[in-house]
Amino acid sequence: MLHIVIAAAAAEQKNPLIPELYDIIWSAVCFFVILFFFWKIALPKMQVLLDDRADAIEGNMAKADDAQRKAEAMLVQYTAQLADARAEAGAIRDQARTDGQRIVAEHKERAAVEAGRIAASAKTQIEAERQAAVVSLRSEVGTLAIDLASGVIGESLSDDAKASAIVERFLAELEASEVPSQAAAPTAGKI
Amino acid sequence: MQTLHCVVNLSIFVDARAELTAPKQEKALLEIAVNLMVPSATGDGEFHGPTINEFFPEVIFFAGTNFEINRIMLIRFLAVAALMLVFWLGTRRMKIIPTRGQSLTEMGLDFVRVSIAEDLLGKKDGKRFLPLITTVFFMVLFMNITGIIPGLNIAGTSVIGVPLFLAGVAYVAFIYAGVKKSGIGFFRTALFPPGVPKFLYIILTPVEFISTFIVRPVTLTLRLLMNMIVGHLLLVILFSATQFFFFTADGGLKLLGGGTLVFGLAFTLFELLVAVLQAYIFAILTTVYIQLALAEEH
Repeated sequence: MLHIVIAAAAAEQKNPLIPELYDIIWSAVCFFVILFFFWKIALPKMQVLLDDRADAIEGNMAKADDAQRKAEAMLVQYTAQLADARAEAGAIRDQARTDGQRIVAEHKERAAVEAGRIAASAKTQIEAERQAAVVSLRSEVGTLAIDLASGVIGESLSDDAKASAIVERFLAELEASEVPSQAAAPTAGKI
Repeated sequence: MQTLHCVVNLSIFVDARAELTAPKQEKALLEIAVNLMVPSATGDGEFHGPTINEFFPEVIFFAGTNFEINRIMLIRFLAVAALMLVFWLGTRRMKIIPTRGQSLTEMGLDFVRVSIAEDLLGKKDGKRFLPLITTVFFMVLFMNITGIIPGLNIAGTSVIGVPLFLAGVAYVAFIYAGVKKSGIGFFRTALFPPGVPKFLYIILTPVEFISTFIVRPVTLTLRLLMNMIVGHLLLVILFSATQFFFFTADGGLKLLGGGTLVFGLAFTLFELLVAVLQAYIFAILTTVYIQLALAEEH
């Protein structure tokens, strides 16, 4: 039934597959207008833009690379400087330590020497003073002993036979040898 | 009743339709849509289906000459104008860092340049044929889109002129590419593929000839044309059926109008997809033919 309809209608209908000349002509006009537009206007602009953009990106990348390289170089430099500084600090510390030790040792030595010197001078002085004391004692003790002896002798010689014996021995000893007064003194002390 | 019909030029076939009964209606509609032929119908004689004359509206200018202009031609001019306006505005002041409008334009141009031309032809040949491929893609796209723009409602590509002419362009382009590359050898490799026993050429050569030089342009033309014609007829049927159900039919049939309206809106979106897809297919096939012609030297 449908086919009858189609057949009936076909006579007065156009076939959509048969092109009309005006249709082709206007299609061609549209096509060439658009082709010209894209070919000569839109796409060249787009190409220029793409080139510019590529350049810009490349430029920026080069710039970034450059900055990166600089930063790296600087980092290396800083690291080197830091290491140098550290080494220098270490050296200075070592130096200070040895210096300190040396100074302490020096001072110790000097102090020891000084102490020795002081001790020696003190000893000499003491010795000198002792000598002086001995000398003065010797003379004084001699005198004293003689005085004492004369006193003792003077008072008891006549009284006692024992005393006269002591005096005699003392005088004998004095005459017999030239003894130091110290030897005489204890003898005298015993009296 | 007239709101939709003012857009589509319906003709009346009252006599033949009288026999059709309502239950057969949907089957008939479908069949007609598939066959792209003649009117659909309902029993009461008030529903007017679309006809193929939709695509041959009355002439507005230059009647009787070879430069007749009808409504569809005007829609094509409008599509061309819109296309050039969009891309002129988009490429007028291009900056390295794009504005939002420029990004969209660039995205469109880059899609053709990268995804179609350079992908298939490589950088060098891609650049050579880029204006052609870009033109084909956007011309088809903009003329397809008019099919779902309210007030225009018919695709500029739904009349055979544009599909046929563009298929011709693709035909010339791939033959040009092949001949430029390998001279007369292009036809030799196309018709006598190397590496095949001699006697097979008796079968192979006619097959190759038909598939390369006849089937290619014919399929390019018909695929686009038929998609657009069917899409248009389908939308017309759905919306005029909605109109009929809402304002002419009685009682329960009014409910059917809701269904056809929903389908109509869904198919409008579908037509948008088809418009983009067909433009893409047309452009990529043109490119593939060029690529095959360039690669045909072994």
